Amino acid sequence: MDNLANLLDGFANVLTPMNLLFALLGVTVGTAVGVLPGIGPAMTVALLLPVTYGMEPAQAFIMFAGIFYGGMYGGSTTSILLNTPGESSSVVTAIEGNKMAKAGRAAQALATAAIGSFVAGTIATVLLVVVTPPVVQFAISLGAPDYFALMLLAFVSVTAVLGASRVRGFASLVLGLMIGVIGIDQSGQQRLTFGIPQLADGIDVVVVAVGIFAVGEALWIAAHLRRKAGEVIPVGQPWMGKQDWKRSWKPWLRGTAFGFPFGAVPAGGAEIPTFLSYVTEKKLSKHKEEFGRGAIEGVAGPEAANNASAAGTLVPMLAIGLPTNATAAVMLAAFQGYGIQPGPLLFTRESSLVWTLIASLFIGNLLLLVLNLPLAPAWARLLRIPRPYLYAGILFFASMGAYAVNAQPFDLYLLLALGLLGFGMRRFGLPILPLIVGIILGPRAELQGRRALQLSGGELHGLLGGWVSWLIYAAIAVVLLWPLVGRFVVRPLRGRLVTG
Amino acid sequence: MTVLVGYVPSPLGEAALRAAIEQARFREEPILVVNTSRGDAYADPRLAQEPDLERVTRELTAAGVPHNVRQLVRGRDAAEEIEEIVEAEDVSLVVIGIRHRTPVGKLIMGSTAQEILLRVPCPVLAVKAG
Repeated sequence: MDNLANLLDGFANVLTPMNLLFALLGVTVGTAVGVLPGIGPAMTVALLLPVTYGMEPAQAFIMFAGIFYGGMYGGSTTSILLNTPGESSSVVTAIEGNKMAKAGRAAQALATAAIGSFVAGTIATVLLVVVTPPVVQFAISLGAPDYFALMLLAFVSVTAVLGASRVRGFASLVLGLMIGVIGIDQSGQQRLTFGIPQLADGIDVVVVAVGIFAVGEALWIAAHLRRKAGEVIPVGQPWMGKQDWKRSWKPWLRGTAFGFPFGAVPAGGAEIPTFLSYVTEKKLSKHKEEFGRGAIEGVAGPEAANNASAAGTLVPMLAIGLPTNATAAVMLAAFQGYGIQPGPLLFTRESSLVWTLIASLFIGNLLLLVLNLPLAPAWARLLRIPRPYLYAGILFFASMGAYAVNAQPFDLYLLLALGLLGFGMRRFGLPILPLIVGIILGPRAELQGRRALQLSGGELHGLLGGWVSWLIYAAIAVVLLWPLVGRFVVRPLRGRLVTG
Repeated sequence: MTVLVGYVPSPLGEAALRAAIEQARFREEPILVVNTSRGDAYADPRLAQEPDLERVTRELTAAGVPHNVRQLVRGRDAAEEIEEIVEAEDVSLVVIGIRHRTPVGKLIMGSTAQEILLRVPCPVLAVKAG
């Protein structure tokens, strides 16, 4: 019951006027960036990193958590009313949500999305409280070889599971690892510094995150600003009838069950669980004929799934220091910015900070429901802001933030170079997540790998620790070999079944 | 000669359209309905959608006025677009809807009506909604 006491302490910490204000600020900003397509929580947290260095860590993380959860709420509004997903996690919501809105049921779609997000977010945060301490216990028992293997698994799964192309995923990962090794390594050697003294300390994560997310995206939007405005479907106050509640509560629970575990494994956030939830609801629904024409189950399930996955993401992030999506990666960068070492010791060393963060998730979730349910039409008005204004503001903030980190003009050149890299990656369809995970985890993987090798006196078998690392290497092998298995085993078998 | 009406899908735009029809009948001239958007926001309530345009065409057909509907989305302000049409084509009168704006709103967003009133070389008829 230690944890319950800690959580109550956390609540006591959040419920101060100042911290509540930061929670409110976080969820408001989060909802806004969620509503706006192209601007996501990862970019926002990156842009705010330099601003928050002057704040207390707890306040900064309360705000970041609000932004993270808020992005999940806001994305659904745009999906439903404009048929353009506000976030990648709301892509599936648009399928049925926009059909419902066109059929005049926008109010119900928004209501089931907001209430479902609240229900799923709350259940999943409770799960987070229950699951994380045992994971921490387990993680403390792991040694350097196990961590090294775990990070390799994270690298492999974010590159291989997500996105259309593994080659592109790995290209992006290698770029990230390369940027990550710039600077003086642990033995005092200069790596990839090209004799530039400013590079000796490595590239600040803030500059990388802001360059790739903010500048890259702004250049990308500027390069092909689609000159076509859509129509926002007008809507009144979101509400649900008795029938809607009856049809929504089961998909909410099933969506939560999909979202939480998928958020917790490094297979890339909310896209997969939202899709699985949609497919399941379509299969189980008693109103199959409504699917494709606006079925409420198709909104309720995926919206619950994406919020549950947001909570799931925080389990490996807090317990092991392993990011499973871009926002978590940037939040880990924020921990490092405060000189806090992420990992299993976080719960003992920074107990108060972690539990305050978790308590703020409950508060933020409630604030989001209050903020989103009655105000959804007002949020939709954000879509009328001309994009040039938006991106001019983002570029301004980005340059200011990058300059503020070290107050040296060199960082601005670096920012532009990284922005061009981000633009190039979008142009050639390289996913961003492997790059950012490579930058954040690369140096830590190197540290753990070196430790493991030092323990074994440089023998390679030192990388194979206990049974945990064996299991992880087996998982890596499965992830890597799966397409080959699919091609050479499953397909011929299926072919034989068809012909036989 | 043509009567040009700057149309937006709102009571304001409908009022302008009705006034334009009246003027066109009186002057025995055709109507050119213009609807524009800069098209750089994700949603623009002033961009007429398909049902709006259909309704406008129906109204004009019912009134028995020769008409032409033009929708322009190419990244320029409504005032610029209308000014260009007036200069290039034989427009005798521009009809627009106007509404009260707060000083702050005007400061931030500018006033399309004011731009048109001051820029366009031909007479402008400004109509209020309701």
